[in-house]
Amino acid sequence: MDTRALVLNEPQAMRFEINRAALVDPAIFAAERERVFERCWLYVGHESEVRAPGDFRTRMICGRPILFCRDSAGELRVFLNTCRHRGTVVCRESEGNAERYTCFYHGWTYDRDGKLYAVPGQNAYPPSFDKSQLGLLPPPRVDSYRGFVFLNFDHGAASLREYLGRATEYIDLVLEQSPSGRMEVIHGTQEYDIRANWKLLVENSFDDYHLLTTHATWLDYLKSSGVEIKRPEKGHLLPSHGLGKDLGHGHGTTDNVNFRGRPVAAWIPIYGEAAKPELERIRAELVQRLGEARAKRVADTNRNLLIFPNLVLLDGSSVSVRSFQPTAPDRMRVRAWALGPVEETPLARQVRLDSFLTFYGPGGFATPDDIEALESVQIGLGAYKEVQWSPLSRGMAKEGEQLNTDEAHLRAFWVQWDKLMRAA
Amino acid sequence: MNEVGRADVEDFLYHEAALLDAWRLDEWLELLTEDATYRVPSNDRPDSDPKSALFTIADDIRRIRARVARLKDPHAHAESPRSRTRRLISNVRIVEQSPLLVEANFIIYRFRGNEDVRQYVGRYRFTLETRDGKFRIKSREAFLDAMELASLGTVSFIL
Repeated sequence: MDTRALVLNEPQAMRFEINRAALVDPAIFAAERERVFERCWLYVGHESEVRAPGDFRTRMICGRPILFCRDSAGELRVFLNTCRHRGTVVCRESEGNAERYTCFYHGWTYDRDGKLYAVPGQNAYPPSFDKSQLGLLPPPRVDSYRGFVFLNFDHGAASLREYLGRATEYIDLVLEQSPSGRMEVIHGTQEYDIRANWKLLVENSFDDYHLLTTHATWLDYLKSSGVEIKRPEKGHLLPSHGLGKDLGHGHGTTDNVNFRGRPVAAWIPIYGEAAKPELERIRAELVQRLGEARAKRVADTNRNLLIFPNLVLLDGSSVSVRSFQPTAPDRMRVRAWALGPVEETPLARQVRLDSFLTFYGPGGFATPDDIEALESVQIGLGAYKEVQWSPLSRGMAKEGEQLNTDEAHLRAFWVQWDKLMRAA
Repeated sequence: MNEVGRADVEDFLYHEAALLDAWRLDEWLELLTEDATYRVPSNDRPDSDPKSALFTIADDIRRIRARVARLKDPHAHAESPRSRTRRLISNVRIVEQSPLLVEANFIIYRFRGNEDVRQYVGRYRFTLETRDGKFRIKSREAFLDAMELASLGTVSFIL
């Protein structure tokens, strides 16, 4: 496969273009799994999803069945969910609590820490059969950052901390909403397919250029409910100032002055009068804990953070953790959760969840239109052999800061993707 | 007060389904009480409370009206052009007379563009009020049977 001509990057000529084959071609899709997904740290889940010893979740990550669980000693574990005997998925439930994991096919049973506990009729195996070598296997690397658990299929990969690099600054900023710095995944998972290439959702997740047009009805909804939407300043497209930032290693974020409602202390009429004192209390706690300036940073700015390649933290109308698995060149499976401070009051939690649904998710007032956009792009890409290139050069001629409606942060993603695709 | 019969409830549910399939959304709104709710829980937490669990949809009457206003706007791209839907409602049961609690099964076939049909299968739970001899919907919950939304994608129309 020729990967030389997928990203055209000519800074001198101020040209940056994506070859549309990168979003369509099955050969590129297959290469991408090996060169991108099998080399990067991939999000598994959040520690709060498996709280008690024996708690487990199963999910598919990069085509592998994964068992994410907590052992009897309370340690987080990640295993490849495949019996060492014939390969059956050992745990077939999506979530639950297990004393042990028993493969139903021939009855091999594993402890919560993966050790092979019992093999029916073990005496028929020859002396070389070593039960101690036949436990559930973990992926080559597993690590976590502040509750977010990742795996890596590359033994030689750099550490997770090194990989996340400057993105940790923004993860930390999201977690500062919580007095203890700890947030949890709230019950209820939004799982849905999009009939589009996964990289289109990467772009869409932190591209603010589409906001006015794609989400016109969402802005109308805010306006009609009493939210002030200012006219954009000269040279701007959006009601508030916002930046797009390249955070290195393909990570990137928007960094915006907030104009929408936020459960961390930006009340809007949609939340109702009863919630006003609660949001004032949350604001006061922020100021007391962090000081005025940092409290404003947490509450009055919002961000959509991409952790390369397929994890997004949306810290806007609520906080959503969104990860997506490519399943075909033109298809992905999305999973999204709401994240909230562990010490949140019931009223604050209610506001957070309600605010989430004003924008996000398959029944929200905005996400369905994003999905429609991505699926419409994918249909349009059917002409990729005739219409080969898509420009991604917004902001290229500009010195200094790049806006959230520019494309510097999107280019940063593609540059990293291209670098990995070219590596032998 | 006379007991409500199943046939009366069925007539009402069929009428509601006809309005929704015809996208007569303003008339549909008139079937709702002033404090009506419309909920679709996440597929993995069907028996939850939207105060403590993430839902797909958890609308109060204001957001139901906003949802309808949005769906009537040609800039609601996910439903512009609109889906065609056809609802089949059956197994209607009156669970309680007072308050009037009704359950029913549904299959909603959804067609859009040149896509394959999407089949939304599940169960409704309604709380109805009787006013001036007519039913009004006080709460409306749709529980999808699919383990996850998966290929159903979005719930961009009124389920």
